[in-house]
Amino acid sequence: MALLEFDDVSVTYRSRGADVPAVRNVSLSVDAGESLGIAGESGCGKTTLTSTVLRMQPKTARVTGEVRLDGQNVLGLSWGKVRALRWAQASVVFQGAMHALNPVQRIGDQLAEPILLHSPKTSKAKADTKVGELLEMVGLPARRAQAYPHQLSGGQKQRVMIAMALACGPRLIVADEPTTALDVMVQAQVLDVITALVKDLGVGLVFISHDLSVLSSTCDRIAVMYAGRVVEEGPAADVFDRPKHPYAGALAGAFPRIGDTRFRYAPAGLPGDPPFPGDLPSGCPFHPRCPRVEARCSATEPELLAIGDHKTACLVAQDEAVQA
Amino acid sequence: MPEVPQGPEIEGPAPTSARAIVWTRRRTAMSAFLRRFARSRSGMFGLFILVFFVLVALTAPFFFPRTVLDVTQATGQPFSPPSLEFPLGTDDSGVSVLALVCWGARISLLVGLAATVLSMFIGTTVGISAGHYRGFGGGALDRLTDWFLVIPYLPLAIVLATVLGRSLLNIIIVIGVTSWPGTARLIRAQTLSVEGRPYLERAKALGAGNVHQMTKHVLPNVMPLVLANTTLAVSISILSETTLSFLGLGDPDNVSWGSILEQGFASGAISQGAWWYLGAPGVCVVLVVLSFNLIGRAIEEILDPRGDAH
Repeated sequence: MALLEFDDVSVTYRSRGADVPAVRNVSLSVDAGESLGIAGESGCGKTTLTSTVLRMQPKTARVTGEVRLDGQNVLGLSWGKVRALRWAQASVVFQGAMHALNPVQRIGDQLAEPILLHSPKTSKAKADTKVGELLEMVGLPARRAQAYPHQLSGGQKQRVMIAMALACGPRLIVADEPTTALDVMVQAQVLDVITALVKDLGVGLVFISHDLSVLSSTCDRIAVMYAGRVVEEGPAADVFDRPKHPYAGALAGAFPRIGDTRFRYAPAGLPGDPPFPGDLPSGCPFHPRCPRVEARCSATEPELLAIGDHKTACLVAQDEAVQA
Repeated sequence: MPEVPQGPEIEGPAPTSARAIVWTRRRTAMSAFLRRFARSRSGMFGLFILVFFVLVALTAPFFFPRTVLDVTQATGQPFSPPSLEFPLGTDDSGVSVLALVCWGARISLLVGLAATVLSMFIGTTVGISAGHYRGFGGGALDRLTDWFLVIPYLPLAIVLATVLGRSLLNIIIVIGVTSWPGTARLIRAQTLSVEGRPYLERAKALGAGNVHQMTKHVLPNVMPLVLANTTLAVSISILSETTLSFLGLGDPDNVSWGSILEQGFASGAISQGAWWYLGAPGVCVVLVVLSFNLIGRAIEEILDPRGDAH
């Protein structure tokens, strides 16, 4: 049984009387010790999808389908059980760690917060020891527990957030763009910390990013989302090196590799913007921006079908695979 | 003399328990706070004025026995200007204004502080709850705040004071119960802004309940505002007490700065040109209000960790 399973999950926001589908019929799964990368442009539903795991979606959102954590559907749980599940079974490394820390509390107190929330009888000394261990785990000296957030650098704050995500020994960690707003050197450090922890502790990781090159170096598998749907899914290296869907290809091409001649004259970038989820184009939602568009693309919306160990939702790519 | 038995020698570092460490840490934090406060010149000035008035209030009975205030035993001439015998002159019945002002400090400070604590407690509780709970509960608290805000303050206070009766405790309750809505509004606005910040979302994701979110995350972030507002509220409370006493709603058994002003006004101190009679309590009110503002500002600067960049 997979650690986390999204089973036909759809999320709809109610906005000014109209229903806006942010996520449409997504099915994904993550095993313990495995890392899944979710890629896509802003507004394609990455964060909305993962917010359902801890039931953190806004009140106006309606969720259908099932989100199973350890076989248990979290969407059907009572409020008290959801609170108990939060952080103890699944935790989040938030987008923008600079703001996810309370500016008027010491780092140590904030790291101890989830521990004390979930086992209120923990002694102060024990919590302090645990906080020290957590900090050392992410490469910070234990005495930094006395610091306030503004005394740390951006990368240090992000590492504190990662340490916090580990505080209650969760089975699953959702990292929502944990390296956005960090410079590349710090980004590399943070990524190293995350990947090492996933391998050492055997937790499941869902890693959200718009940077396909980061995902391919961090994750075992990658799912590419477009307009609320998964359009491509497969082993990380495969998706990055041999993308089937033209959108995955454009994402991969946006991060050229230095020294690789294939990237030298290849056109990079993609014209236009992702469609507004409340007003999707007919057929394949990607067809207005697609470099390989055909007449049938505006008529039928392709399904996510397996090609080898790779899944793709593109009529053209599917036909090519059949012919080959 | 028998030899005192020697205990076994303790080796290694001194035994430290978690409790001892906590107390050492608290002592260091406290002394750091005091050191920083001592460095703030305006804060020390305010503290100096406040300590002076507190000392005056505490020692008034030793310098001026209660009988000095008795109009039947007054020794001076009515409306006599400041002299060696009466450094601040006398009132309309010949009682020393200095004695009146010293006794008045007791009531004015007590009422001012007690009413402020009550008002801050109600205002902060209502404000944070109204900002945290959306929907029906928060809406109801908002309407309650609006209701207290739109009712003219003075008539409400007069009605309450009349219904409850004239006593020291009642005047504290009247001021506390009528002066909180402004604080509640301010705290609610700040709560809404704090609630929108990502660390509140993080706290929710940690599995934190409503009370935990409000006390551990919102309260510390609105605390500088509460403190800053407290200094204003103390001044307003002292002024309210002065107003109510001036209107004859104060405790009739006690002298306060307000009741001195009332008596001075009623007895025609203005037409007599007795500036010392109205001036002395007036200057006292100004100085105490000023001292609270200076202290509040200094404390606020120290307690706000974001101001402590190094």
